[in-house]
Amino acid sequence: MIVAILDVVIAGLLLGGLYALIAMGLSLQYGVARVLNISHGEFIMLGGLTTWSLYTVFGINPLVSIAICGPAAFILGFIIHRTLFKRLLTSSTSPGVFESNSMLASFGLMFIIQNIALIAWGPEIRGYTYLRVPVNLAGALFGANRLVTLGFAIAIGLAFYLFLARTRLGKAIRAAAQDPTTAGLMGVNINLVLALCFGFGAAMASIAGMLISMCYPVHAVMGLEYAIIAIIVVVLGGLGSIPGSFIGGFILGLIGSIVTYFEPGLALAAYYVIFILLLLVRPTGIMGK
Amino acid sequence: MNITRVDLKKVWAPGLLLIILVLLATLSLYASTYTVIFLTSILMYIVLTLSWVIFSAPTGYISLAPAAFFGVGIYTSAILGKELPLPVVILIGGLASFCLALLVGALTLRLRGIYFAIFTFGLVELIKHLLLWYEIKFTGTRGRFVIVVDNTTIYYVMLTIFVVLLLTAYLIRRSKFGLALQSIGENEDAAAHTGVNVDALKTITFAVSAIFIGAAGAIMATRWTYIDPYIAFDFRYSFMSVLMAIFGGMGQFYGPILGAAIFAYLEEILLTKFPYYYMLIFGTILVVTILYLPDGLVGLVQKLRRRISGGKRAHT
Repeated sequence: MIVAILDVVIAGLLLGGLYALIAMGLSLQYGVARVLNISHGEFIMLGGLTTWSLYTVFGINPLVSIAICGPAAFILGFIIHRTLFKRLLTSSTSPGVFESNSMLASFGLMFIIQNIALIAWGPEIRGYTYLRVPVNLAGALFGANRLVTLGFAIAIGLAFYLFLARTRLGKAIRAAAQDPTTAGLMGVNINLVLALCFGFGAAMASIAGMLISMCYPVHAVMGLEYAIIAIIVVVLGGLGSIPGSFIGGFILGLIGSIVTYFEPGLALAAYYVIFILLLLVRPTGIMGK
Repeated sequence: MNITRVDLKKVWAPGLLLIILVLLATLSLYASTYTVIFLTSILMYIVLTLSWVIFSAPTGYISLAPAAFFGVGIYTSAILGKELPLPVVILIGGLASFCLALLVGALTLRLRGIYFAIFTFGLVELIKHLLLWYEIKFTGTRGRFVIVVDNTTIYYVMLTIFVVLLLTAYLIRRSKFGLALQSIGENEDAAAHTGVNVDALKTITFAVSAIFIGAAGAIMATRWTYIDPYIAFDFRYSFMSVLMAIFGGMGQFYGPILGAAIFAYLEEILLTKFPYYYMLIFGTILVVTILYLPDGLVGLVQKLRRRISGGKRAHT
């Protein structure tokens, strides 16, 4: 019984680490740049498939490919914000209009990236084995790759939190999240900060994609499912709250693991039930103001 | 001189509409089966888009629920198609969607802006996954077979839905309800203060627009013959409606119709041969339209017309 509980809890934490990482990226994009980026999942997919290609074709260690996927996704996200969303921001009459327009534009972006990936990689499901050695955690067995995943997720989460709390740029980002106009008046280069945030979000997504590819098979149409999970976690943690997203990720991971234990087919449905109840009862989330 | 011009203008639009409707109504007499099937698809997209426009265009609430209503219609047809006559099935499909929309509308009254959009999107996925779980767990199969109806019947049913929808949309827009919806879109609090029963109006309009989507789903299911939750609750139907409406422009009725017709045509020629390129073009047009054509094709046409007529005046 205790082993079973431990099994479920650890599996939930392992899953939650991934969710937390994905959601932090989206939280940055929504909380600061105000773009509810549905194409977030596509960056995860790009990260996963790139890692797969690098590992199977060039033999590059998946953990090393962080150094390739992360910066590449950052640059891509930065450029997308600079060209697409900045233009939308200037042409939108009110923040509400910008939020709906940018959400719809990100849907368009999702279709574009997804179908380019389908043309490039094809619809096949790809997977590879790396670090798939069992590790014994108090009687429950888990793959070393999944533990590495959790470690990375926590490390990136903490590093990013310190970056936000301790550095000058982090302060600028927090200021922009609170009130973009006033932050701009105080000398924050607001367009640069928003684009940077979008880029950071994309980079986190692609690193998450790399970690996912270590544990699960990846394919070109996997993005949306993760994007929806990210949205659910972000709403759960409170729209725009980065610590909230981090905690929310682990909560959702635990819920998913518990539901899967009792009824495997219902995990995704359970997420939506939570999501819909949350929107109805407390749309500001657990850490929202 | 001036009077005849005004008269011509008044007669022009309804006259053209009447001619098109007569041509569409007599289609099966002279057109090939392929044309009938093709026009059915176009009409389906027009129905989806126009229904979306009834609620979302004036109020500004982006609903991503069309796929849910469409799927409800499809499943109505799959479950009841063998037992009940076709018109009854279609009516029940519309009614089921109406009830679902009424429930959703009542639940989401407090949600504004982007929350409404993500709620409706989550709804489609929730129904899909619950249904999938139910089907596998209790019926043991993933999909269902739907009773087959011949293409001409499908076409005429779709045409009927379209005509009723067009009439409804026109009446809503020209009545005081249309004005009230418009005022909700401009400023919801102000609308409530001037005596508009905001909650009731939003819910009812949302539900009425869902009837047509459900009915369209019920009849389209008979063409596909086999359906499963992934086919029925495909979220792409939601985006298709949104994109077609935005692309066509929501200022005039012909905008969404034009947008839907163009995309249905594009889908017809591209989807079977180059599915990835079709979706790529779909996404690109969505992004480009939002960036450069906020008023859609209608806005573009009006701008051009103003420029041309403005130019004339300047010369004379």
